Amino acid sequence: MERREFLIQTAKASAAALAVTGVGAWLAHRAPQGRQAPYHIRDYSVSRDVLTKDFVVARGNDINEMVEAAVRAMGGMEKFVARGDRVLVKPNVGFDRPPALGATSSPEVVGAVVRLCLAAGAREVIVTDNPINSPNACFARSGIAQAVTEAGGRVYHLAERDFQETAVGGVAVGDFPVAAGILDRADRVIGIPTLKDHNLSGMSFAMKNWYGLLGRGRNRFHQNIHNVIADLAMMIRPTLVIGDATRILMRNGPTGGSPADVKPGGTILVSTDAVAIDAFGIELLARSAVDCPSIALAAARGIGSADPKALRYEEVTVA
Amino acid sequence: MKTVRTVYQLFFLALFFFLLYVATYDRLAGYPVRLFLDSDPLVAVGTILSTGALYRALWYGLPILVLTIFLGRFYCGWICPLGTLQDLVAVLRKVKVSRDIEINRYRPIFRLKYLVLVAFLTMALFGVLQIGLLDPIVLVTRAMTTSVLPAVDRGDSLVFLSPREFQLGWVAGSLLVAILIAAHLMPRLWCKLLCPLGALLGLCSRWSIFHIQRSADACDDCRLCAAHCQAGAEPDKRLRKSECMLLLNCLETCPTKAITFGPTRSGVLTVPGPDLSRRRLAGSVLAGLAAPLLLRSRASVVENPRPQLIRPPGSQPEPEFLARCIKCEECMHICPTNVLQPSMTEGGVEGFWTPVLKNTIGYCEVNCVLCGEVCPTGAIQRITLDQKQGRGEYAGKPIVLGTAFFDYGRCLPWAMNRPCVVCQEVCPTSPKAIKTDEVEVVENGRRIRLKRPRVEPSLCIGCGICEYACPVVDRRAVYVTSVGESRSKKNRMILEESPK
Repeated sequence: MERREFLIQTAKASAAALAVTGVGAWLAHRAPQGRQAPYHIRDYSVSRDVLTKDFVVARGNDINEMVEAAVRAMGGMEKFVARGDRVLVKPNVGFDRPPALGATSSPEVVGAVVRLCLAAGAREVIVTDNPINSPNACFARSGIAQAVTEAGGRVYHLAERDFQETAVGGVAVGDFPVAAGILDRADRVIGIPTLKDHNLSGMSFAMKNWYGLLGRGRNRFHQNIHNVIADLAMMIRPTLVIGDATRILMRNGPTGGSPADVKPGGTILVSTDAVAIDAFGIELLARSAVDCPSIALAAARGIGSADPKALRYEEVTVA
Repeated sequence: MKTVRTVYQLFFLALFFFLLYVATYDRLAGYPVRLFLDSDPLVAVGTILSTGALYRALWYGLPILVLTIFLGRFYCGWICPLGTLQDLVAVLRKVKVSRDIEINRYRPIFRLKYLVLVAFLTMALFGVLQIGLLDPIVLVTRAMTTSVLPAVDRGDSLVFLSPREFQLGWVAGSLLVAILIAAHLMPRLWCKLLCPLGALLGLCSRWSIFHIQRSADACDDCRLCAAHCQAGAEPDKRLRKSECMLLLNCLETCPTKAITFGPTRSGVLTVPGPDLSRRRLAGSVLAGLAAPLLLRSRASVVENPRPQLIRPPGSQPEPEFLARCIKCEECMHICPTNVLQPSMTEGGVEGFWTPVLKNTIGYCEVNCVLCGEVCPTGAIQRITLDQKQGRGEYAGKPIVLGTAFFDYGRCLPWAMNRPCVVCQEVCPTSPKAIKTDEVEVVENGRRIRLKRPRVEPSLCIGCGICEYACPVVDRRAVYVTSVGESRSKKNRMILEESPK
């Protein structure tokens, strides 16, 4: 073998050896080592000190005016959303139902909230939910997709890859898959629950709305539903909750199905406290707190207040 | 000319895939997604025989038949997506004239496709529609929907809005793969040997006025045309008109320009039709006659309903359904929840690959009527949301697919004293068809209040969302069977109240 040929052969062999080592090391590094640490959800709440009120009830007919007036009474959207923030909005879009059936949040309320966030300088407003029915159909039929797009926000459909094991650390829920990626990118989280009857939990409203950020397996939660709902209220410390009681699904919830199940409500509730919103909501549903045990459970754990009127409370009426 | 033909082929193939791509809830937007099936002449002829009528746009296939009588099998060579796919595979072959003359020559066995066609059409006359098993448009649509596209889609909404799964989808896909492998060994073997649509068009082209012809004076017998004819039409001898697919390879390769396409010139002899003896035809008809007798009995289709045979909303009664369904799986493609699955044993041998609901995979969305919208043959009738939900003029008469039943030995509140009733939560009817009874049980001295679910059969529409959402995931504690389905007068269970 000539020297020249020998050198070339050696160089090739060395390159091959290096490549194999490199790829091997990279692959070994890629392999999951032990258990991945679960995700921890940030606290998105703002300090009470900067707010003028803790709980505002707006009554009227013009939904846009009601939302604006209520948020203004709290201190204005600027108190909640800073310039350049990414806002995650979570309405209830659980079912493929038209708005009149009251199974989903009103598109007008969602649109108004998106507009307020953008007016306050939000860089991006993302609206999401993990519905029971097909996401595309739910967002389209509920009118929320159109309302969000027209207001300048963006609808995001959650897929399997968005869910990540998350430390909930509650009484009933330990670690569970939650839409962690989208929460992680958000600076602010605003819930827009809609007030509905629910056979097992007594009511579906502010605390239960966070169900829509949970992934596969959540159908087991009915087995301990009141504690699970309180756990959800602990898991998400929202920036703001806008309770939609502009129409109320009085029975046959949470799906509804007939206009006869729906009653006009003419009410918007705004607070940073989901427990207080639920406590107010159960009365709008013509029930008492004992019918919805999650309220007392959450209040006892100090997650929020079961007595909204004991907070800095205000009612506004919009003509 | 070959280039022009290839451009047409690629255009129609692209159109075919585009129409599959837009056949989803989000992209539908008025595109004619059924176009290829609507204009499939075999679907038209088959359903005319099985139903005595032409549904919706199926008449689109008739102009193609008429044009074939004048021009020959242009559809096979220029439009058919399965033909194009085979040609794309054959491009990879090495051309070797001496070998290709042998590979591409006509073989008597190619008459098999005509016999298959006659058998299929005879069955159709007795209401047994099996043309979809081998019809090329149906076959490709089915293979793409249940096998190829679900494999391509990785859950990124590339094809479907969410990842799809179809039971034994690989069977339909494997048939396509086998056809393509065969095309590599012998170009367009499928078309020449088995394709029933090709056979139908072949029978029509026996009268074609325009065709390929060879001038014996100009020909120097080089047989290049025979090497390149992938249809087995023997352009170097008397042209077999029923075999020629108008690929025009012969025209292109002839060095002496002896081959032309045009109206028959004097002195040019052709073989117009396939060589079918009466004996063979009679055998084929007999085979076709045997099928209805062997595959169908009144007991299996009408008298003894099958519990797992849950048909899509708007489906015709079973005998009429089977006379229409071509197993194209367009309904499964468009279904937003993936609940529609190709039947394996649920619908019997005759119903193989027809759509059935598998509520462990999806459920029937009350606000959706897309399956009836895309069904080309009306096996699933076009219905309105009012009709499906029982509103407006259909008040109180929703379309019922079946009835839900509880397996109380597996249901958590019944068997294990644990709260649950997810089924009741998701039940979409108003009032809900799943009722709960409140009970108090004592377990280890502890009082537990429970809600136990039961079905109110007069309200249940059989949508299956209870079964889908049931947390007892391996074998659900609530499940739907077909009893109570609107389309059947026999498959009934409860005594309806008399209308006042």
